[in-house]
Amino acid sequence: MKNINLGRNSLAVYATLAITFLMIPIVYTIAFSFNDSGRSNASWVGFTFDKWLNVCADQGVCAAVSNSILVGVISTVLATAIGTAAAIALVRYRFRFRSAVNLLVFLPLATPEIIMGSGLAAQFFNFGIDRGLTTVIAAHVLFCLSFVVVTVKARVQILDPVLEEAGRDLYATPSKVFFKITLPILMPGILAAALLSFALSFDDFIVTYFNSGPVQTFPLFIYSQTKGVPAEANVVSSAVFILAIAIVLTVQVRSSLRNAKLKKLAK
Amino acid sequence: MAIASITRANKDAKSRVTYSRVGLILVAPALAYLGLFFITPFVLLIMTSLGQQSTSGLNQTFSFGLNFANYLPLVTDNLENVLRSFGYALIASIGALLIGYPLAYFIGVKMRHRPMLQRMLITLVIAPFFISFLLRTLAWSQIFSNSGPLLGFLQDVGIMGSGDRLLGTPFAVVFGLIYNFVPFMTLPLYTTLEKLDIRYLEAGSDLYASPSRVFTKVTLPLSMPGVISGTLLTFIPMAGDYVNASKNYLGGAQTSMLGNIIEAEYKNFNYPVASALSVGLMALILILITLYVRKVGSEDLL
Repeated sequence: MKNINLGRNSLAVYATLAITFLMIPIVYTIAFSFNDSGRSNASWVGFTFDKWLNVCADQGVCAAVSNSILVGVISTVLATAIGTAAAIALVRYRFRFRSAVNLLVFLPLATPEIIMGSGLAAQFFNFGIDRGLTTVIAAHVLFCLSFVVVTVKARVQILDPVLEEAGRDLYATPSKVFFKITLPILMPGILAAALLSFALSFDDFIVTYFNSGPVQTFPLFIYSQTKGVPAEANVVSSAVFILAIAIVLTVQVRSSLRNAKLKKLAK
Repeated sequence: MAIASITRANKDAKSRVTYSRVGLILVAPALAYLGLFFITPFVLLIMTSLGQQSTSGLNQTFSFGLNFANYLPLVTDNLENVLRSFGYALIASIGALLIGYPLAYFIGVKMRHRPMLQRMLITLVIAPFFISFLLRTLAWSQIFSNSGPLLGFLQDVGIMGSGDRLLGTPFAVVFGLIYNFVPFMTLPLYTTLEKLDIRYLEAGSDLYASPSRVFTKVTLPLSMPGVISGTLLTFIPMAGDYVNASKNYLGGAQTSMLGNIIEAEYKNFNYPVASALSVGLMALILILITLYVRKVGSEDLL
């Protein structure tokens, strides 16, 4: 009995240590967003809210962040639209080369970013296309697309075709069935895929590095600051982190509460 | 029953014929996109890798050819970088597995009776995804730095000598790789372990198997799909990573991985060699994955 308890506790301790390990750089990054530092944010000087109040004091940060938001939004919209259509097709319809398409969608996930990045760069270079915002967006849609297909596919798989059939039986037009039944049921999956796409795009460094030309996104800005990254960058990253965690937690708490309610009703 | 299944089969057959074109139309944009931005770039990467580099004035250009010499650095000058890439990725994958497996087991199996806490914990596991990858790695680099808190402490307690350094060592690079990829390892393991039927484990211990025997004979084999996708999801990007090993982050002169060389050649506009190194990296990864998946014995995964 004592042995089992020890075993259970040591696993809990191990898991706590592992989570702590994961949290250290996050806490560090957020803490240093309050650092009253100069150009370089390498060592602790003193506590201040200044960097949060004047994020754009460092011109480079805000320009880079607005590029990143622009790239993130456009890539997310494109990848989510193309990917959702493909996910529905791959689960619900049978057509020629279906398994080949499935494999093709999976391949970018199994390709190191440096290969995708240098491959796209080779393509743009050989076709004489100047690198800039457009090439960055093209590259981001590529790696977001596969994640969207995988995420939405999981949702389409749990969509019961009977619901759509019921709609058709009640004389709804195909477009009405799609917009009133199919899309609302798929929405949580589509939103999750869109969030994931934006997060991936906003934080991407390697693929962007090879295809950006003169354009600077937020991660490229950080990488270019070889003499120390300004605290304003920590502010942006911390703000994005807090926002994302708030969204995830809200969704989780809401679905937990709904599950609890459903369980109560079932009783 | 029989009639029902016949009508269902008929309906299936009918819907297959009616909707086959819709399926193709829906998948066409994705297919076109992947063709244009994934397949073609790959073909061009291979073509560029066989090109001939030439310098005209200040401009570096190249012409297509069959210049296989571009691949030579893989086995000569950059052989050590190749070995480092795969060596670091291997050690770091094992490290991530050793951290990720118990963590995923704890959240997925031990926390089942507390779903709310389970969700909170898995959110903490993916939390690093939401904060800049580069800033997280820089945070470790500042913690490890020569004036940082950790080195001073280790020197004070005598674990490290006064001349020893943390930053710029293979240890720091592998540490950074492990840190950055633990969530990628933990998530697929969690997905598998969360669905694990505990009754199998109880059956094992009811038959007087020791806890370690239950683990090696029951738990581990049942969670193998998670182990395989976790190790692939970490090993592949680790082998191509160059941020952790970069001099401005956790690496130094003696830690350059193949990715760092590709970045440098690319920066010098030496596209043919950069492409050859990329193709070589991809080929080696594919060979290793094939061997690995065959060895672990679940070919239906790929």
